[in-house]
Amino acid sequence: MWDILIQIFPYAVAYTIPLLITALGGLFSERSGVVNIGLEGLMVIGYFCTAITIMQLQPELGSSAVPIGLLMGFIGGAVFSLLHAFASINLNANQVISGTAINMMAGAITVYLARTITGSGNILIRSGLTRRTIPVLSEIPVIGRLFFTQTYATTWLVLAILLISWFFLYRTAFGLRLRACGEHPAAAAAAGVNVYFMRYIGVMVSGAFAGLGGGTIMVTYSGEFSGSVAGLGFLALASLIFGQWKPFGVLGATFFFGFAITIANVSQVIPEFAVIPPVILRIFPYVVTLLALVIFSKSSQAPKAVGEPYYPGQG
Amino acid sequence: MKRIPDALLMAMAAVLLGLIAGALLMLAIGSNPFEGYYYLFRGGLMNMQRVGNTIALSTTLILTGLSVAFAFRTGLFNIGAAGQMLIGGLCATTVGLLVPLPRPILLVVMVLAAMLGGALWGSVPGLLKAKFNVHEVVATIMMNWIAYWVVYYFVPAYLKGQFLETESRVLPAASSLRTPWLTDLFNGAYLNMGLFIAIAMIIIIRFLLNRTTFGYELKAVGSNRDAALFAGIQVNRSIILSMVIAGGLAGLAGASFYTGYSANIQIGVLPIQGFDGIAVALLGANNPLGVLGAALFFGLLHAGKGFMNAMTGIPPEISDTIIATIIYFTATSLLIGRALDYVVRRKKKGGK
Repeated sequence: MWDILIQIFPYAVAYTIPLLITALGGLFSERSGVVNIGLEGLMVIGYFCTAITIMQLQPELGSSAVPIGLLMGFIGGAVFSLLHAFASINLNANQVISGTAINMMAGAITVYLARTITGSGNILIRSGLTRRTIPVLSEIPVIGRLFFTQTYATTWLVLAILLISWFFLYRTAFGLRLRACGEHPAAAAAAGVNVYFMRYIGVMVSGAFAGLGGGTIMVTYSGEFSGSVAGLGFLALASLIFGQWKPFGVLGATFFFGFAITIANVSQVIPEFAVIPPVILRIFPYVVTLLALVIFSKSSQAPKAVGEPYYPGQG
Repeated sequence: MKRIPDALLMAMAAVLLGLIAGALLMLAIGSNPFEGYYYLFRGGLMNMQRVGNTIALSTTLILTGLSVAFAFRTGLFNIGAAGQMLIGGLCATTVGLLVPLPRPILLVVMVLAAMLGGALWGSVPGLLKAKFNVHEVVATIMMNWIAYWVVYYFVPAYLKGQFLETESRVLPAASSLRTPWLTDLFNGAYLNMGLFIAIAMIIIIRFLLNRTTFGYELKAVGSNRDAALFAGIQVNRSIILSMVIAGGLAGLAGASFYTGYSANIQIGVLPIQGFDGIAVALLGANNPLGVLGAALFFGLLHAGKGFMNAMTGIPPEISDTIIATIIYFTATSLLIGRALDYVVRRKKKGGK
């Protein structure tokens, strides 16, 4: 069992990280009071921006094109999320419909542009990130082997963002205000918080993080843009619920789903897992989410005002 | 002068904005938008065969649009039409390939199987919503991906084709919803008997919503759940039934698409028609006749895109982008409403 764990652990982490950063983005948006089911589409936008940047710059810049590509994914996601922010915050649009539009638009417009630029709907890059083993730390028995060998730089970046996000949300006045906008916007406004501004921040962070998530897929395990992230954005949304809108809850949920995906991917080559029908492993995360929703239905920690438009002056 | 209904005006404004966005995208890649739209519409309408294909694509959209619209009337957002449609298609294909029955009975069983499969898929989010107050948006999204993976493993295991692992065997002519007289009438188009199902459903759903107590109760639940409960309406039952019917409609869309328009079912795809159904319902103001109009329009956008691509080199994804943009603008109808108000006020001022 230990051998299997050692074998699949790097893959599980590779799948967890894009989910984690995207779900964390969703956390910012929903904590500020805006539902964002457009995470899937925002990931696709980041995926595309990263791919196209690296493809264009790699011939000249070589490996330093990769971080620039990730940065462009981050920015691209944030910019595209403005569409959702404008609709849900300024125009009181139905946030679920706006998010659906974001998902559909992202999938179509990126392939449209990719076809124009490369001729096919796909974008290939020569090389992404390489896995690195961290000196010294990897020598620690047991955990050194598990956590500090064969790692991507993005993994450490995302984990750092997780810690910073937690600190920001729970240990700063700004974070408290942002969460207040998702719980009781009128009270926040009465206390002098600019609800519109806070919600814009929430949505843009979700766009930027989802964009980074898409970019991470590109530079780690994918290497080719194809116009879809195959439901990972929705799985990030599920992780957000499963993790009950808390940063470390989300970490646990995404790791759980990352592992589930990896086991499903490798089940055919590892005899211990081959006995389980693969379809069971595949639908497992979604069924678990449905069950979690049932279990948490009485005591959900969802932000109270999530999905509700805010009108200035409402009591 | 007869007043144009607000919903129609809003829909037209959203379509116009969507087409403008499409034109800008064509300009962005250096193409001529007038030429692009000319070939897009010509591609969907230039002869009987193409008109038949446009209607065939619209058939599926009518049914997914009705599915989303029907749930909307009960205040439920059915994002799961794609999964329900996929399961419906799987059920119909399975019956069509594996059950030996004479053609007329077989077709009826296939269509019923599709409806039941979709209804089953819709019932889960309905039950979860009614019993545990689980948000139907999340539940239907999860059900979509469960459907995706069920089809992904079921088709290669039980319906595998001779050469390809990624799609089912081709349905024999005897178990296809296509029928020679209809195919001949439209010079070999994909048009099929699904169309009659779709039209029947428009009439039935319209009747159900406007002329029956049941429909009235569903709409009451959609308008104000608490008031409906207070008035003695069984809210939970209404929610479950609404999702079951919505799922059944999407299941029928699956039959019309996978056993009529197409002749087999592919794995690894959530059908775009399920999501387009949201656009159809919104643009059609959740009204069965509005759904018909919107479905025909979107069917045209999809039917003509291949021809446009061949003639102008504009990527076919332009149609999907336009549809997504239209959804976005219908969601932001407040903006359109404000703009219309502004225009009306300006006119009044000018008149005085």
